[in-house]
Amino acid sequence: MIELNNIHKVYQTRFGRNHVLKGVSFRLEKGEKLGILGRNGAGKSTLVRLVSGAELPNAGTIDRDMSVSWPLAFGGAFQHMLTGVDNIRFISRIYNQDSERNLAFVEDFAELGPYLKEPVRSYSSGMKARLAFAISMIIEFDCFLIDEIASVGDARFHDKCNFELFEKRADRAMIIISHNAAYIRDHCTRWAVLNEGHLELYDEFEIAYADFKELIGWKPPPGWPFVEPATS
Amino acid sequence: MAEATHQNPSLRHSWQVQMRVLGALLLRETLTRYGRHNIGFLWLFAEPMIFTLGVTALWTATKSVHGSDLPIVAFALTGYSSVLLWRNMPGRCIGALWGNLALLYHRNIRVLDIYIARVLLEFGGATMSFATLGLLFVTFGILDPPQDVLQVICAWLLIAGFGSSLAILMGALSHESELVDKLWHPASYLMFPLSGAAFMVAALPPAAQDIVYYIPTVHGTEMLREGWFGERARAVYDLSYMIPVIAVLAFLAMVKVRQVASRVVPE
Repeated sequence: MIELNNIHKVYQTRFGRNHVLKGVSFRLEKGEKLGILGRNGAGKSTLVRLVSGAELPNAGTIDRDMSVSWPLAFGGAFQHMLTGVDNIRFISRIYNQDSERNLAFVEDFAELGPYLKEPVRSYSSGMKARLAFAISMIIEFDCFLIDEIASVGDARFHDKCNFELFEKRADRAMIIISHNAAYIRDHCTRWAVLNEGHLELYDEFEIAYADFKELIGWKPPPGWPFVEPATS
Repeated sequence: MAEATHQNPSLRHSWQVQMRVLGALLLRETLTRYGRHNIGFLWLFAEPMIFTLGVTALWTATKSVHGSDLPIVAFALTGYSSVLLWRNMPGRCIGALWGNLALLYHRNIRVLDIYIARVLLEFGGATMSFATLGLLFVTFGILDPPQDVLQVICAWLLIAGFGSSLAILMGALSHESELVDKLWHPASYLMFPLSGAAFMVAALPPAAQDIVYYIPTVHGTEMLREGWFGERARAVYDLSYMIPVIAVLAFLAMVKVRQVASRVVPE
């Protein structure tokens, strides 16, 4: 279970206080998959960071009795001067796991060949994404956080990732953020729309998506009340 | 595969996690800084050794006036090693969090761990450099062995305590203000001649003595020299000043780290 109670998050910026989340609450049970829709800058990634525990809320509480992953396929945690192997060893040490077995898994899964022994800074972005995804699969979490993963590598690798994540780990909880509505529709059991700091929860994808479409398309932006919606 | 986190961990379990995380961070830091090329991690103490040897050679060549009858080699070794010990730690902690923000996604890694790993690495390097040079000088008869090894160790640890408290405080402050980085360089440079490395307090005029007593590192260096040379050093220091200073610095550092940790935004 993960439970968020009345979460507030405020960032201090040069233009004043930015109140990103204004009282977000939800509860996620084991095995549930929550898809979150929202415009750019709505605070989706902030919400994911708060759930992951990497960042703390200004107010409200987060209770977890599940282990929560870092945002999946997130490559930022690499030390770019170090090799792929060094990075795998580091993660294995942090989570107290067998480095050699993890190396074998990543070697097999990420298909980086001899590049695994090269510094990460020499990787292409596709290679980095493959390494990041493979490393994310090393540690078994109860809840996976997925922030825009749909575009990891080519179609074949994409299928491999989906199998690893949604077939082999079908019993896990997930929170998925994506601008790809079909991806969220196909992989989630519950949906939510994040807008203006509030999170609205839905049991039906179509209703959530209709509300989301209204948000991104049909509502004129603030300050331009008389603008006609674009027709194609 | 193992569970990633545990509920209500026992103290022993937390301690094991803490040690594991620090170990992993230390290795990562060492590999990142020194790599696997040429002598690799030996640079950790080769670098401070070169510094100390250079300063020792310079001071010997210029027959620096230091106001005591201690041999210059001994004076330079004890003095400059102490400077490296407390001065490199803040240098490595300033801005450390910016480069490692992404690590905070691993829930077992805390802001403080990132600073502690860097402090430990500097402590290891400076200590190995000091011990190796001391041993070499004693072996070749350039230097007499320390009169009271325990006192040398205690003084060394006190200087390290001062350096690490200062380092963690500066590191945490630097995360929210660029001024710290800008001001630290001139400050540390100017502190060097005042830090007690280049003089013995007893040799200064009384007016100057009153002022340098306020500088914590002076007490540590004096104590270290008394440990090494005994009565000859005519050392003057006051632990009832230095220890509270370290305690206050350490307290401020912890408060600031807590504050930074509660506000930090990972990339």
